[in-house]
Amino acid sequence: MNRAKLISFHHGACVPLTELPCLDFPTFRESLLEEVAGDARIASFFGHPDADGVNLYAVLAHDWQGKLALLHTRVQNSFPSLTPECPQLHLFERELAEQYGLRPEGHPWLKPVRFHQNWIAAADIWGRDPDLHPIPGDMDFYQVAGEEVHEVAVGPVHAGVIEPGHFRFQCHGEKVMNLEISLGFQHRGIEQMLIGGPHPASIYQLEAAAGDTSIGHTIAYSQVLESLSTVEPSPRAYAVRAIALELERLANHVGDIGAMTGDVGYLPTSSFCGRLRGDYLNLMADLCGSRFGRGLVRPGGVQFDLNPELVDKLLQRLSVLETETRGAIELSFDSPSVLARFEGTGVLSIDAAEELGLVGVVARASGLMRDARLHHPLGGRQKLFDAPIIETDGDVFARGNVRRREIYASHRMIREALQSLQSGENRIPLGPLAPDSLAVSLCEGWRGEVVHVGLTDGQGQLARYKIVDPSFHNWAGMTMVLRGEQISDFPLCNKSFNLSYCGFDL
Amino acid sequence: MLANLVLHLFILLLFAPLLLGIITKTKAWFAGRVGAPLLQTYYDLNRLWRKGFVFSRTTTWVFLLGPVVGLAVPLLAALMIPFGALPAPVSFEGDLILFVYLFGLSRFFTAAAALDTGSSFEGMGAAREVTFSCLAEPTLLFVLLVLARLSGGLSMNTLLGEHLLASWRSEAGASLTLILVCLFVVLLLECSRIPFDDPTTHLELTMIHEVMVLDHSGPAFGMILYGAALKMMVLGALLVRLAIPWDTGWWLTNSLIFLAGLSVLAVLIGVIESAMARLKLPRVPQVLVGTSLLSIFALVLVLR
Repeated sequence: MNRAKLISFHHGACVPLTELPCLDFPTFRESLLEEVAGDARIASFFGHPDADGVNLYAVLAHDWQGKLALLHTRVQNSFPSLTPECPQLHLFERELAEQYGLRPEGHPWLKPVRFHQNWIAAADIWGRDPDLHPIPGDMDFYQVAGEEVHEVAVGPVHAGVIEPGHFRFQCHGEKVMNLEISLGFQHRGIEQMLIGGPHPASIYQLEAAAGDTSIGHTIAYSQVLESLSTVEPSPRAYAVRAIALELERLANHVGDIGAMTGDVGYLPTSSFCGRLRGDYLNLMADLCGSRFGRGLVRPGGVQFDLNPELVDKLLQRLSVLETETRGAIELSFDSPSVLARFEGTGVLSIDAAEELGLVGVVARASGLMRDARLHHPLGGRQKLFDAPIIETDGDVFARGNVRRREIYASHRMIREALQSLQSGENRIPLGPLAPDSLAVSLCEGWRGEVVHVGLTDGQGQLARYKIVDPSFHNWAGMTMVLRGEQISDFPLCNKSFNLSYCGFDL
Repeated sequence: MLANLVLHLFILLLFAPLLLGIITKTKAWFAGRVGAPLLQTYYDLNRLWRKGFVFSRTTTWVFLLGPVVGLAVPLLAALMIPFGALPAPVSFEGDLILFVYLFGLSRFFTAAAALDTGSSFEGMGAAREVTFSCLAEPTLLFVLLVLARLSGGLSMNTLLGEHLLASWRSEAGASLTLILVCLFVVLLLECSRIPFDDPTTHLELTMIHEVMVLDHSGPAFGMILYGAALKMMVLGALLVRLAIPWDTGWWLTNSLIFLAGLSVLAVLIGVIESAMARLKLPRVPQVLVGTSLLSIFALVLVLR
């Protein structure tokens, strides 16, 4: 048994790197596969180069035990790919290949992820010119040949005002045989900009990691720094963060349901939800001055406090909005023509979701109970979370219904949090970060679990910062859903996932 | 005769774009919005007409022919059909076949223009349009056969003539109701409205008609827009005449009743678009087969 080699810890702990044994690769591989075959899943997997090679760290989540586990190994140039046995690692390994020129031998789908130059002086494994910036989307797409087969290319410039991404469909008539997605058009290099930090600009970069998940990413970042400097924010700060997190969820879920009904041409819900989304964003602006929650969450707590008048105002607005939101949403969920479009469209099986390690709304709609608020709570407020929501059909309806039920749950959670605010400091100053340590932080953003890992060097500065947005896991689920589906249903399936491009591209 | 022709064209050319405005306004009202002005289509046409032509280097003369035929066809078809109690200016035995296949002609050129661009989207749209239209054609023909049987003539003018009022009162009323429903479905499909197509969507992959004209711009797109409005008016005229077969004996009241009927039709389309989601694409042929059966049944009823 290799289990003894595993470092197991609770969320919020700071793990000294000296306590983390460096396993030889076969042991690492065996332990990881054993854990994944059990009840663990990969929360994060990343490399950090030093003089002896590239250190690989795997963060495993044991959801029902509320525990995280760490595995560490070191490799040079290449390593046998784990993807054939553990498909949820497929993108993480492609990422390593792109960042450090490490070749995962036997990877079945070894293509670039974000189309950037190597981070270190290593040979490009695709043999691209090291002096030129790679062109996004420049890769060999999977192709189906045949007289009646046709290829449809969509993007990176789309008809709507959305982010850039390239979609390549292999179709037989109206039926999609395969969809391949190529992203990376918005790669900004956030992870590299954070190295040597925390810099004054870091928090602003994190707020824009995925613009619609500002609260989610800033909470995750703050938790990493708080864990590394062993500072515990006040219960009041935790409560304000929880309120903001649920407000962000409300705005986005309501907007998503509106967009889904808009795609099937159901006008009333689409228009009302568009307006209501704005109302929820305005509540966020009441809280912190920014409709997207920028500037609210800071390491050590929150930057803005709630006074009793604001609490009253929020409660009042919320009760009005709750009735209106229910009306708008129920209208479409009671409408047979809408249900006929949602039900049975874009089915994602629980097996596919589990193998690909999907998270968030998408995983919960396919019957996987994965919610960081339930499994990995941090702070008093979140420990009281009692509204896990799950659907089992895995279709567009299930993804819509998870959102609908989460909206209703969020209304209640915000109300309770506002009514039971404790007094306390809104922000506690951070001390220096512990040197040579590692901290993992999970936060259930509206789309799913946001995972941040911070690694400090001997001076207590960030030597490596790894961000995993839920979209990073879930885009693969999107391609699975389209197999055998009608190409005309792609926009609807896409909306039901509503994944982030910039959260993936970083 | 000449006065009749002028009045016909006047009503057609002037009021057709208004129908689109009424639909948009109705939808906006349902969505709780103010919506675009009633005359927005006129402004759009004016704006498009003042622009220049832009043609892709990969396209040929076929590309321009699509919009031109798309505009000319409803104009010709309109001359063969009575506007309410106003008789059609052009009429001859058997013009109903020409009426049906004029639309086939325009569809051929629109699809050819779409294929001319070489775009995969437009090819997909052309395939969908052709498939669905050929399934809608039997319905339209059976509907006209029912009318031919009732009127005993073979020109659109006779088909939609004065006998309608008597027919409604006779046993044939049941058949007329059925073909009214069938015609309405054909109108929604041909004018690419919800539940068959969504004229306001920006999602190329779900479009039917809109995707075929993605590459057209400026005056060419204006022609398409105007042609679509005329087509809706022509098909709408068929429905309105069937539903309101009265003749007041004075051209002005007849025109006003006709226009009022069309406006009610436009509102009805707006209501349906607001209260219904789009059909899943594979369901569309099933609905069309259904209306074909309905129209055959209507024919059986009058053949008895």
